[in-house]
Amino acid sequence: MLIQMEGSEAVAEAVALCRPEVVCAYPITPQTHIVEGVGALVKDGRLENCEFINVESEFAALSVAIGASAAGARTYTATASQGLLFMAEAVYNAAGLGLPIVMTIGNRAIGAPINIWNDHSDSMSMRDAGWIQLYAETNQEALDLHIQAFRLAEELSCPVMVCMDGFILTHAYERLDIPSQQDVDAFLPAFEPVQVLDPDDPYSIGAMVGPEAFTEVRYLANDTQLQALKLIPEIGSVFKEVFGRESGGLIHEYMTGNAETIVVALGSVNGTIKEVIDTMREDGAAIGSVSICSFRPFPLDELQDALKDAKRVVVIEKSLAPGLGGVVASNVRMALRGINLPVYTVIAGLGGRTITMTSLQEVFEAAGEDRLPDLQFLDLDHNAVEHEIVRARRTRRSGPIAENILRQKADGRNP
Amino acid sequence: MAAFIEGKHAQAFPSFGSERMGAPVVSFCRIDDKEIRLREPIMAPDALIIQDTTLLHSIDVFQGLKEDGFIVINSARSFVDLGIADYVAKFPPHHVCHIGATELAMKHVNRAVPNAVLLGAFAAISGQLHMDAVAKAIAEKFPGSVGEANIAAAREAFDMAREA
Repeated sequence: MLIQMEGSEAVAEAVALCRPEVVCAYPITPQTHIVEGVGALVKDGRLENCEFINVESEFAALSVAIGASAAGARTYTATASQGLLFMAEAVYNAAGLGLPIVMTIGNRAIGAPINIWNDHSDSMSMRDAGWIQLYAETNQEALDLHIQAFRLAEELSCPVMVCMDGFILTHAYERLDIPSQQDVDAFLPAFEPVQVLDPDDPYSIGAMVGPEAFTEVRYLANDTQLQALKLIPEIGSVFKEVFGRESGGLIHEYMTGNAETIVVALGSVNGTIKEVIDTMREDGAAIGSVSICSFRPFPLDELQDALKDAKRVVVIEKSLAPGLGGVVASNVRMALRGINLPVYTVIAGLGGRTITMTSLQEVFEAAGEDRLPDLQFLDLDHNAVEHEIVRARRTRRSGPIAENILRQKADGRNP
Repeated sequence: MAAFIEGKHAQAFPSFGSERMGAPVVSFCRIDDKEIRLREPIMAPDALIIQDTTLLHSIDVFQGLKEDGFIVINSARSFVDLGIADYVAKFPPHHVCHIGATELAMKHVNRAVPNAVLLGAFAAISGQLHMDAVAKAIAEKFPGSVGEANIAAAREAFDMAREA
């Protein structure tokens, strides 16, 4: 059914259609509307047989989810930013124990400096925790990925994070197609756990494992991700059969045929990138893009196929690895091992910085002439950082950096 | 939602700073006949709805507005009293309108909630939306008496703006 709805509310509807039995929730911006939405659906009786548990922290939220999932319940939670960091130990535990929990990340920056706006620092910090990570390009895809995520998680007994850009998607109203309960029931079989805590058939989950077996357990965690590489496209095609639209999969290609420059990005910025590509194509530029939907497992072969005939790759990413450069770009380079192709890293949209068509087009044009440095920060205020670097060099007690930059910005606005 | 009801694609998203009551906020809306992929904030709007005239003195709310754009301001005071008569004179006359939306909201809803009221005035001057679609959207978002009161206020604003 077509409806005009907020992204968060739509995800709550999608989660409810998957009939979770336990939902643990702790609020944090910009994810709060999602768990509020699920809570409302439980309260008004539209989501039956579901226990909605208010907990005292994110650490508790995922710990309760782990317990519920181990007891055989289909389990869901959501978080963002510092909330994800606070539950970090449980994030690794959920994956290490092989529990098919589905968790939404409303992507938001990590402090300090404290910032409530969007970037990918939060989910990127947990990229190697053993969870499958899927990134939604639109709210329709966010909704669809949740339905796919439960099937994927349960088939592999591996937890799945569905990442959607905070505010840009979570708070955006747009036209969405909400599937029927009947179709979701047909797509998503009942949860058959591979392990379950059952008083009638007692065994333990969570053994201490020494050096003699730890490597083997970890090898199998990697193997699960490799299985997911096959399963994600399969689930995508079954989804298309049932719901009639393309959603999910490993990567989405846009105008990559004969493209000399290919842009790679995750999440909602791909919409803006496509608009820029359309504009540049009209002017005759050979440019295309690849949106990575599955970041873990990372589709090395599929990306290589998509990129290998280009002359250059530009990675637009909302995450920074200080001291290295780009997180996504490093992974893309791994996909291009053995292929001599420049990969430019453009760090963009940190802490909610607007990513405009104008700025992207400038960067893509510079890339087309190979005028880009290896690492660039989109729309960086060079004066501000230079000024601060010089000041810090001159003054021992130069004070807190965040406050200094803010003061400069305020002075710049009201000279 | 009103645009969606009329079969169009619409995208709306907020942008705000401090999470507190009374902080300045801005919200964007795009309406199109095809899917909207662009996610950047709107920097050159076709239409501007100003809900609080105190913002006129603190920031340049008109920044980027197109020359033949539309302006709806929540104020019963005239453009002269607001000190922007010269500025709005540059726009086609039927593209600008000031309306005491907060007063209309107090009258019909008994609360200072001018949003839905201003939407009625915007529908009237822009011709982008039909008042019936606006009413239907309000009713869907606020079922019951709250919605009905808001619809009554929006309809009055629609009529006032059309006559002005």
